[in-house]
Amino acid sequence: MKRGRSKCESFTPSEDRNKRHRSVTPTFVQTSQTPTEEMWGNLPHHVVLHIFQYLSLVDRARASSVCRRWNDVFHIPDLWRRFEFELNQPATSYLRSTHPDLIQQIIKRHAQHLQYVSFKVDSCTESAEAACDILSQLVNCTIKTLGLISTARPSFMNVSQSHFVSALTVVFVNSKSLSSIKIDDTPVDDPSLKVLVANNSDTLKLLKMSSCPHVSPAGILCVADQCHGLRELALNYHLLSDELLLALSSEKHVHLEHLRIDVVSENPGQTQFHSIKKSSWDALIRHSPQVNIVMNFFLNEEEFEPFFREETPVTHLYFGRVVSKDMLGRIGLNCPRLVELVVCANGLEPLDEELIRIAERCGSLTAIGLGECEVTCSGLMEFVKICGGRLSQLSIMEEVLIPDNTYNIEQIHSEVSKHLGRIWFPDMMPTW
Amino acid sequence: MGVNSVHWFRKGLRLHDNPALQEALNGADTVRCVYILDPWFAGSANVGINRWRFLLESLEDLDTSLRKLNSRLFVVRGQPTDVFPRVFKEWNVTRLTFEYDSEPYGKERDAAIIKMAHEYGVETVVRNTHTLYSPDRIIEMNNHSPPLTFKRFQAIVNRLELPRKPLPTITQEQMAKCRTQISDNHDERYGVPSLEELGFKTQGDSLHVWKGGETEALERLNKHLDRKAWVANFERPRITAQSLFASPAGLSPYLRFGCLSCRVFYYNLRELYIKLRRRSSPPLSLFGQLLWREFFYTAATNNPNFDRMEGNPICVQIPWDHNPEALAKWAEGRTGFPWIDAIMTQLRQEGWIHHLARHAVACFLTRGDLWISWESGMKVFEELLLDADWSVNAGSWMWLSCSAFFQQFFHCYCPVGFGRRTDPSGDYIRRYIPKLKDYPNRYIYEPWNAPESVQKAANCIVGVDYPKPMINHAESSRLNIERMKQVYQQLSHYRGLSLLASVPTIQEEAEPPMSDDSQASSSTAGQACTPTPAPSTPPSSEPSSPTAAAPGTHTQRKRGRPSELTSKQKSKVQHTNQAKGVEQKIDDKQ
Repeated sequence: MKRGRSKCESFTPSEDRNKRHRSVTPTFVQTSQTPTEEMWGNLPHHVVLHIFQYLSLVDRARASSVCRRWNDVFHIPDLWRRFEFELNQPATSYLRSTHPDLIQQIIKRHAQHLQYVSFKVDSCTESAEAACDILSQLVNCTIKTLGLISTARPSFMNVSQSHFVSALTVVFVNSKSLSSIKIDDTPVDDPSLKVLVANNSDTLKLLKMSSCPHVSPAGILCVADQCHGLRELALNYHLLSDELLLALSSEKHVHLEHLRIDVVSENPGQTQFHSIKKSSWDALIRHSPQVNIVMNFFLNEEEFEPFFREETPVTHLYFGRVVSKDMLGRIGLNCPRLVELVVCANGLEPLDEELIRIAERCGSLTAIGLGECEVTCSGLMEFVKICGGRLSQLSIMEEVLIPDNTYNIEQIHSEVSKHLGRIWFPDMMPTW
Repeated sequence: MGVNSVHWFRKGLRLHDNPALQEALNGADTVRCVYILDPWFAGSANVGINRWRFLLESLEDLDTSLRKLNSRLFVVRGQPTDVFPRVFKEWNVTRLTFEYDSEPYGKERDAAIIKMAHEYGVETVVRNTHTLYSPDRIIEMNNHSPPLTFKRFQAIVNRLELPRKPLPTITQEQMAKCRTQISDNHDERYGVPSLEELGFKTQGDSLHVWKGGETEALERLNKHLDRKAWVANFERPRITAQSLFASPAGLSPYLRFGCLSCRVFYYNLRELYIKLRRRSSPPLSLFGQLLWREFFYTAATNNPNFDRMEGNPICVQIPWDHNPEALAKWAEGRTGFPWIDAIMTQLRQEGWIHHLARHAVACFLTRGDLWISWESGMKVFEELLLDADWSVNAGSWMWLSCSAFFQQFFHCYCPVGFGRRTDPSGDYIRRYIPKLKDYPNRYIYEPWNAPESVQKAANCIVGVDYPKPMINHAESSRLNIERMKQVYQQLSHYRGLSLLASVPTIQEEAEPPMSDDSQASSSTAGQACTPTPAPSTPPSSEPSSPTAAAPGTHTQRKRGRPSELTSKQKSKVQHTNQAKGVEQKIDDKQ
């Protein structure tokens, strides 16, 4: 129980949060001995605001019904800069949903305060449609960050394309200061990107649009050409082109910090992946020497042909399906900037040679993960010896390791630990 | 006033290594062995026909064995809280014995029964024999919380004494001293029911693979040990196509029901290893299967919410999808992926699948493809899988869905590729999905890619005779890996690009090594963090439901350890090579 504290500085945030939790019920106010009732109600707005910032929305809403002053604070624009709309149907999700009344209130009173907005929807189309409806009403706003996130199946893809596009363009047109946009797995198209560019080319810094099937390479090229502040870009491989890389490397363009490329197989045999010229990659690296390039592969074995034939400046590589021994050999030869390599599956031939070559030639490698593969214990030791302490992440499934004449599984753990300078074990899976 | 004992069988369906039963016999005038069966559950409970059959066969086996000792098994219909008052009075019971059940529900039920027994003046004797070690002891030795990594668990086990040696089986002499009054209508009143009596329709022709009972369990143990090559070379048996099929030496269902004592298994393995390898002690990995079981029992014993996501302190809160139609396809083996469908078919028909098969279907249902909650998968396994008990099943599902125990989530089992690599011959598919038997090996794992001519020749058209694949695996895995990464990044507060570094590492102090080989606890360094609540910055969004659990509670408790450990660590740590490096890491964590 508080004892007549009247100085703001003596409050500590966590202490306060606990106490505030208890104090929002009327009973506290009634049982106080000193005239604290008056004091609480008369706290300066900025103090209450500061405290409110540590409360969850639910607690804050409860606090707002204590008195008019606190209610005023509840509606101070500062508290409405960030909001995450959660739109879930009970039939399709375990998560709760933002209350429709609250949504209405926000649209009515706080739309113009919103700056960092995200929408989390479940797999139900209705949820995605509800998100679009809200978007269409955000007319008077200066949104800086927008995120459309599907927590389960990508329900935005089921919304009619025109409905989606018109909702999205409301924000594109009205905000005029968008800097970060995440619209993966949505039916965004080339015309909407044009609208984005026409209104936000000076401010756009981040654009994530993996798996947006209605966008063409020309559409994304338009963004790269006009938005010279673009620092982070995520897209699917089919949108990547030599022209795009060159546009991102033009003189007017800032340094690119992060490029994520998802390479996803359609049904096998139907997609021929184009190759990117080495000169385009070189231009990108010359322009942005620190750029991180993440490539996530979800391909069948035979679809890898066009990749890594020449030097490729990728830094983070993930193979979500099987990748051949040959490919891993190529990576050792042609990926000198590699920082992290994660392999889901390879097969039944030991990858010793390939790993050792990667250790030798990828001097920046600090993380490696191997799933369904095979490596002899000696091979792993050799790899670890070459990499030494720079390996901060070494995630090897236990089944990967093949004991040989020099090392068995027990020994490998202590040997590797010694070389890494920390305790290390392979990853395990239950064998019941 | 004599001693009238009742031994209550629940698990532990055996006469060998049964200290609780021995206590029932000890100085008793009469003894009755009881199994309480609630038949009304047969319809509603989540227990399929194979599990019922296995249980009934185990009970029959007990009855047969008891008959040889001039006794019988008493199967009493009803619920324990109703049954016991009745039999206490009817049989003048003075002593009740049973095997300890470490599961939260079991502990609650038993506490009520013990209380009731005392009210009736009945002495209760409980013995812990379902697990090798006492879960409470392990928890105590781990600073009062269950180990959350397997390596940590092994480190603690390494410091324990060997499990108590198993007792021999009940003898004629022991039984001769106690009578069992068998009435003429025993079979009617207390006989083991049949499947039909419980409401199941049996075709009679189902050649079931796993026969329940202690007798069968002990025979299988011998077969298991006969495979000396495995033990002698001490190689973890690499999976072959043959491993996918039920083995006549498989033991997991017998361990679950307690038809086989885990200690008997343990000591047999141990002695065989010592004999063959002429070494003093086997490494812990020899007992892999048994230790995983112990691990999950220990993790679950104090956590009544262990089998669900919400309210479970160790479970990551992941926004799984709710999709009953997709779940049904998976459960019934109609996904359109022959590898998955064959596994689920074997599961349904026989009640057992190889652990790698479990990984494959669990990954497919949860973080790999369908993004459906592991709880749903757990319930299907509970119904169909013979060796699935509460702790092990829930724990394994959390592990396989990367919902707990800090797993790396990058390794995804491809529903086509993994199957093909495990069994290139395709025989497993042909056995359990006969419709596909005429498909050539090239297409049997992905029949939808076979040209029409091949499909026609195989007399099985995809989309007509066999379902089309229910999802696009490449697209689903892309989406799901990204989601898992986001979930974990919220937990670990990691904002970088590394997939591997997204998973928070659990900060468990290094155990002082007992010997050069001994496993210390896992603590992969560098990256890690516990999600400490940081009120110094205002919350950045307004989630109406938490999206990350707080596994940090465990580690925070650990951080509070007194400095005595530090000095212990420092002195022991000098044995290892790069002591300075290791010490530094430990200091960072304190």
